[in-house]
Amino acid sequence: MRIRTLVRREIFERKKQLITSFIAIFLGITAIISIKNITFYSEKAVAGQLDALGANILILPKSASVQDYYSADMQDEDFPEEYVDRLIMSDLQGLDNLSPKLSVAVAVGDRNYTLTGILPKQEFQAKTMWQGAGIFSRPEGCGIVVDVPLGNDQAQKEAQARKRIIETLGYDEVLLGADVAATSGIKENDNLQLMGKQFSVIAILPQTGTVDDSRIFAHLHTVQKMTGKGSVVNAIEIVGCCSQISKGLVQKINKLLPEAKVVTITQVVDTQIKTNRLMSCLSMIFLIIIVLVGGASIANYMYANVFERRREIGTLMALGAGFSLILKIFLLKALILGFTGGIGGYLLGTVLAVTLGPRLAGVPIMPLPILLVWATGISVAVAFIASYFPARSASKLDPCTTLQEI
Amino acid sequence: MLRMKAVSKTYNHRNKVVNALREATLDIPEGDFVAVVGPSGSGKSTLLLVLGGMLSPTKGQIFLGEQSLYNLKSEERARLRREKIGFLFQTFNLVPYLTALENVQLPLFLAGMNEEDQKRRATTLLERVGLGDRIHHKPQELSVGQQQRVAVARMIANEPAIILADEPTGNLDPDTSLQILNFLDEINREGHTIVMVTHDPRGAQKAKRTLELVGGCIHA
Repeated sequence: MRIRTLVRREIFERKKQLITSFIAIFLGITAIISIKNITFYSEKAVAGQLDALGANILILPKSASVQDYYSADMQDEDFPEEYVDRLIMSDLQGLDNLSPKLSVAVAVGDRNYTLTGILPKQEFQAKTMWQGAGIFSRPEGCGIVVDVPLGNDQAQKEAQARKRIIETLGYDEVLLGADVAATSGIKENDNLQLMGKQFSVIAILPQTGTVDDSRIFAHLHTVQKMTGKGSVVNAIEIVGCCSQISKGLVQKINKLLPEAKVVTITQVVDTQIKTNRLMSCLSMIFLIIIVLVGGASIANYMYANVFERRREIGTLMALGAGFSLILKIFLLKALILGFTGGIGGYLLGTVLAVTLGPRLAGVPIMPLPILLVWATGISVAVAFIASYFPARSASKLDPCTTLQEI
Repeated sequence: MLRMKAVSKTYNHRNKVVNALREATLDIPEGDFVAVVGPSGSGKSTLLLVLGGMLSPTKGQIFLGEQSLYNLKSEERARLRREKIGFLFQTFNLVPYLTALENVQLPLFLAGMNEEDQKRRATTLLERVGLGDRIHHKPQELSVGQQQRVAVARMIANEPAIILADEPTGNLDPDTSLQILNFLDEINREGHTIVMVTHDPRGAQKAKRTLELVGGCIHA
């Protein structure tokens, strides 16, 4: 005979009475785990989709005005390209992609376009001091933490164009925006002369619906040489993880680059923050319901159980059980109820989230083992707190009354 | 061994004061077998509970050896009960979801004995009361006589110096009553002190002396 034998036997003997309380805590935990699991992946998916919209942070010279976010880099002011080094070498979290740009006006035939110097990804990888440190040594990829399928290759290409992820670009190569190609009649592999320098057109970019459609993209260092301004840029576009922006990424960049102006698309970030807040509120509401319904059900059951067992409690006291043992018997029962409810609720909640989540939220859901700790923690805490007062009342019962001998 | 010194116990029942014990003084030496008789409501059960450290008196003192019972804290009294006092109830008070073996193991578990020794001792005790073939039966699977025998085995599990029996034959048929009384007699002859509340004249005859309790007062 051990205390756990005593508790286990009693549970199995009166399992029908226990079942209501168990179902209350079990279903409550199931609901909260399902919501938490779906919320986690749906938040990630929303963040990924918002990140996929393109750059959301823009670094400009201090004096630059931001009339239109998407054309804000087209101004005369500039600042050193070294700012890119500072960002890369920093320990800032949430910088997914950096794109320094230098824009100048160029004429093609009788039309004027914007020539924008960009730094292809190969340049970041080639620069020794950027390797093994800074943002490229950190796994970021806000948009790809949860792989939200884009549908087809064209969609992926467009997303890349929006994010300006250009893998390779030679010093004498250019990319044409869709409108430039359409109005000038230039095609892929044609040659193009800009400010007296010969370029080869390696690709026509897909239509994006932004000012980029009217731009010609060349290597940043080529454009710097052509303008004779040295190692300067007009702007640095950053794809910042929305979740990190909401945690103050912009303020951190401001601190790192006090000479520059840092702006962001507030609507995008606001959407992320609002979505996160909504999901948190939903989880919190369910948590409160579980605490109230589950807790009340367990407390009610425990009080009834104490009443039903008062003779048994009196007998145990007559045999020499102290109040601490009586308290332990009831609290151990609560612990078992909490553990089984928590683990069962986690398992069913996860199964529901994984099977129903994709239909409800439209995102693939994977089990989250950390929620097992959550589930058992909440369940045990609710069961324990709800049982404490009934257990205490049991330990303080008058043995004479309980024995009904008077 | 067990002494009551001018013990009174009063209850408030529906705004009326009920005197269960009035200035009761009693000396029970080691090895005694005392039968307490009296009409219903005379305070017999109260007397047992007060002697067992389960019910504090309104006035007076109870000594077990040299130790004043109610000067001890509640947990210390619980320890004293599991070491020195055994209870036997009219309604047996077996734990319904435990087997006969487990019911007898209970006081041994409370005394901190390891599980193997608990089982060995409980089995021996159940064999002694003639229930060696019923050790895995639950109370509802046993007759009332068998249930009381399980209660007897449980009562003597920790070899208590004092046994307090509250109408132990009150729910039993004459043959089974006699069996239980014979057990108590045997246990008393082994040196255990017994205080037994009873209505059964045969029970009173088994005792070494009889006390009468009337209106909370003890008469020898």
